[in-house]
Amino acid sequence: MIEFKNVTKQYADGFEAIKSIDLKVERAEILTLIGPSGCGKTTTMKMINRLIEPTSGQILVEGKDIKNVDPVELRRNIGYVIQQIGLMPHMTIEDNIALIPKLKKWPKERYLAKVDELLDMVGLDPSLYKKRYPNELSGGQQQRIGVIRALAGDPQIILMDEPFSALDPLSREQLQDELVRLQEEIQKTVVFVTHDMDEALKISTRIAIMRTGNILQLDTPDRILRRPKDKFVREFIGEKRRMEGIGNPTASDLMHQRAVSISPKRGLAEAFQVIKNERVDKLFVVGKQMELLGVVSLEKLTDHYKEEDKTVVDIMDKQVIKVHTDEAVGEVADIFTNRDINAIPVVNDGKLSGVITRTSLIRGIAEWEQKKGGDENE
Amino acid sequence: MSNSNFIQILYQTFVERADLIKVGIQEHLILVLFAMFFAIIIAVPLGVFLTNYKKLAEPIIGIVAVVQTIPSLALLGFMLPLVGIGKTNAIIALTAYALLPVLRNTYTGISEVDPSTIEAGKGMGMKRWQILGMIQIPLALPVIMAGIRTSTVITIGTATLATFVGAGGLGNIIYRGITMQNTQLILAGAIPAALFAIITDFILKKFEIKVTPQGIRS
Repeated sequence: MIEFKNVTKQYADGFEAIKSIDLKVERAEILTLIGPSGCGKTTTMKMINRLIEPTSGQILVEGKDIKNVDPVELRRNIGYVIQQIGLMPHMTIEDNIALIPKLKKWPKERYLAKVDELLDMVGLDPSLYKKRYPNELSGGQQQRIGVIRALAGDPQIILMDEPFSALDPLSREQLQDELVRLQEEIQKTVVFVTHDMDEALKISTRIAIMRTGNILQLDTPDRILRRPKDKFVREFIGEKRRMEGIGNPTASDLMHQRAVSISPKRGLAEAFQVIKNERVDKLFVVGKQMELLGVVSLEKLTDHYKEEDKTVVDIMDKQVIKVHTDEAVGEVADIFTNRDINAIPVVNDGKLSGVITRTSLIRGIAEWEQKKGGDENE
Repeated sequence: MSNSNFIQILYQTFVERADLIKVGIQEHLILVLFAMFFAIIIAVPLGVFLTNYKKLAEPIIGIVAVVQTIPSLALLGFMLPLVGIGKTNAIIALTAYALLPVLRNTYTGISEVDPSTIEAGKGMGMKRWQILGMIQIPLALPVIMAGIRTSTVITIGTATLATFVGAGGLGNIIYRGITMQNTQLILAGAIPAALFAIITDFILKKFEIKVTPQGIRS
């Protein structure tokens, strides 16, 4: 939908606002640009509707290089919502909303119907609000108008520049909720700039964390919470938010990273030796890429011990009860309760990444609670 | 001379000089209308233009302000060798005087339009002249009108000096009264001039309120 190809922006004074950005915004997602002030998030956004021109690189909107699109035409097809709202104080709500449709020369019936439809969509009674002026509305109501004004020309793309950050906390929450609800209905491609991590986590399909003109990490809120790429991202998110965002520990938090494994071609005596040395009751059989192939228990080994020409691959159980690294703690606990099992292998993309035992489960939960509690005392 | 006597003579003067006063008012009105017309068509576009070239604004408004500091009588005299005696001289001089309030208010009015409305307009794909015509001018209009009102009232007063370059107006009657040492005659020129200014101010004030967009009326 929107694609940045090696885009840079350097100002006349030499300041490099954008160092080199490659970015793809997918259709119908809310992509949030977030970072400390001066990170280039607003610059990045404003390059999409050519309010700022890049120094080099290419920006494609629906496959077309916007350098070759008339900026006025481009902007009429991209909704734009700003922090200061920017409603025209001398125009009624109706005239404000109808501004772009009028610029696009829609017939009157069409834009009047659109105004009513949009007001209804954000829960403002058209007959009550249409003829009012912006200064007769609360801040939250004004920004609702700001949002629907951006939708009025039926654009596929909406740019939102910290649209809710000047509002009181209550209105802010409400508008965030409404945006999420609205988006399910309208399915626009939204580029949203904010400095508020909670806001980003709440509304985004994906989040791009920016710093000094670069995108450090671009991922879903969940993955950013789980796997912050570096120290900056981790600190930017904040440990507390990470814990809250994740909610409960998952399999990867509860496992021993060292699962005792053996390769399939090993003989049974060797396997027995490993079990003895490691003091475990079973071995996970893994291939060269650590892919989990099966499991050999101590009982199985003892039963087949006399068959000297067999290797573990011949006697292993291929049906293995396993969990994925993302599996919730509840599921893991259920397995221990319902099955006679001491250790559950944890896999990621089919590869063995650890093992959960009853002990590691309890310890993992305890550590998690401690971390969470400690964080709240900050 | 008792007070009642004075007022009686003043009344007689008004009655006897009714034709003179009528002509004076007509001439005065024409001078003011022309001067304001030219002042507005020069100062409003110039003020709008300067908002796009802020570096030029200070020097140009400065020059116009300097014109304002030249004593009115001196300016009229200064123009004699250039345009001679008559209405043209007076209208040029009055126009020069009327420029500053209109120019300054236009410049200020346009400059002070909330930048977020302009950014929103630009971001929505309004062309430059659409931003000017649909946002900046309507929002600046009350301020521009206030400048025109100030300017008009000043011009009505200054236009009494037009008599010195033979341009007529209510100044004629005042000047004649001065030379004849006739107080009633002086007042026969001064009172209509003052009423003219007061009434114009009142009407323009109403107009100013009328052009103030409903959404920004306090």
